[in-house]
Amino acid sequence: MSRFAQVAWLVMRKDLTVEARSRELLLTTLFFAVSTVLVFAFGFVRDGRAVEDAAAGILWIAIAFAGTLALGRTFERERYHDVLHALLLAPVDRPAIYVGKLLGIVALLAAVEAVVVPLVALLFQAGLFRYPLRAAALLGLGTIGFAAVGTLFAAMLVRARSRDVLLPVLLYPITIPVIIAGVRGTAALLQPEPDLAMAGAWTGMLVFFDVVFITLSLWTFEPVMTE
Amino acid sequence: MTRRLFGPLIAVATLLFAGAPVLIAWAPYESTMGLVQKIFYFHVASWVMMFLSAFVCGVASAVFLFKGRVAADRVAAAAAELAVIFGLIGLVTGPLWARKAWGVWWQWDARLTMALVLWMIFTAYLLLREYGGSGSEKLAAGVALFGLANVPFVYWSVNVWRTIHPTTNVVPTLVPGMAGALWWSLVAFLLLYTAAMMARVRLEGQRAALDQLYRDLDDWGGQPHNEG
Repeated sequence: MSRFAQVAWLVMRKDLTVEARSRELLLTTLFFAVSTVLVFAFGFVRDGRAVEDAAAGILWIAIAFAGTLALGRTFERERYHDVLHALLLAPVDRPAIYVGKLLGIVALLAAVEAVVVPLVALLFQAGLFRYPLRAAALLGLGTIGFAAVGTLFAAMLVRARSRDVLLPVLLYPITIPVIIAGVRGTAALLQPEPDLAMAGAWTGMLVFFDVVFITLSLWTFEPVMTE
Repeated sequence: MTRRLFGPLIAVATLLFAGAPVLIAWAPYESTMGLVQKIFYFHVASWVMMFLSAFVCGVASAVFLFKGRVAADRVAAAAAELAVIFGLIGLVTGPLWARKAWGVWWQWDARLTMALVLWMIFTAYLLLREYGGSGSEKLAAGVALFGLANVPFVYWSVNVWRTIHPTTNVVPTLVPGMAGALWWSLVAFLLLYTAAMMARVRLEGQRAALDQLYRDLDDWGGQPHNEG
């Protein structure tokens, strides 16, 4: 295993070990995501049925909100005892630290989605499991894209004031393409006559987005984190 | 050098702005929209300036981030502010026109959404600079760079999502009177933009110099007396 991959793996394992011991982030983020779904259900359910395309929208909003919360909390943890500082002082490739943090966030969000997706399917009679692979591709790529930008922004905001409010303020406008692709792609799969070509086009755009923004993040992590 | 150019630039821009209403009044009426179409000369020009400014901000931020040039950061800060101001002019004039032409103040159309998203990115940039505390210039530069890289994605996604705005290919098909007025406005806005940009970059430079003076004074005043 190359040194880069090793460092990334160790950073991720550190995050997951801390999380496995306390389960604080997983449980709070999960419950927050479920609460979001519930709140939106009151807005978008008429006569016992969800309005058209609401399920896709609610699912992605829940993921984006829960993701923002998880990102903020993960890096708040790094602030205690100056862990992030210590990580940055370590004689390793800094982009490897970024990749490790990204993997940790994606794992956490995947665990949240494992509960929220079936829940949305159940509550809104949405056929999210009709095309499991296509839906999983959209969710996976969308989550990675959102987390790629989010990890960089949350990491750099660790030093900033008002970071709690600045994270969503910066993150949402930049991740709008992910949200549009996720919602429209999922809606294309959920409609009575699924539009597979459309879902495929959105999946393709997400691949592009992920490649561009992960590359850009790896590239900017070093100068942005240097004081 | 830039200081000597500033006066003439402002003078020409003022003259152009003074002449613009005459030209716009002379321009022929658009057959279906009538008078309200005339907002187009300001509306298009301000959006062009916002996109130009966003581009300048993104490029300057990349230079600051990777080359560490402080001057580039001043340009980026000035460009982001101007992008937000010109964007605001576009966001106000657009709905005024839309109310007459489409019957609604706002449409979730591709171009409108794209412009709104870009405007929000640069507003977020300014919020970060203002409230992020010390060291936020670097973080803001990262945001501007990501904002610029985001443009093609926003463009593609909102385009597939929906489109009703008149496309940019109306410009080559304009009748001479309209095209003249539009180009006149564009040049006037461009000169105004350049002048504002120069003034703002200079202000940022002065501010940095003043901070440096204060710091020097602190160092000098805080020096312990050398006894012995």
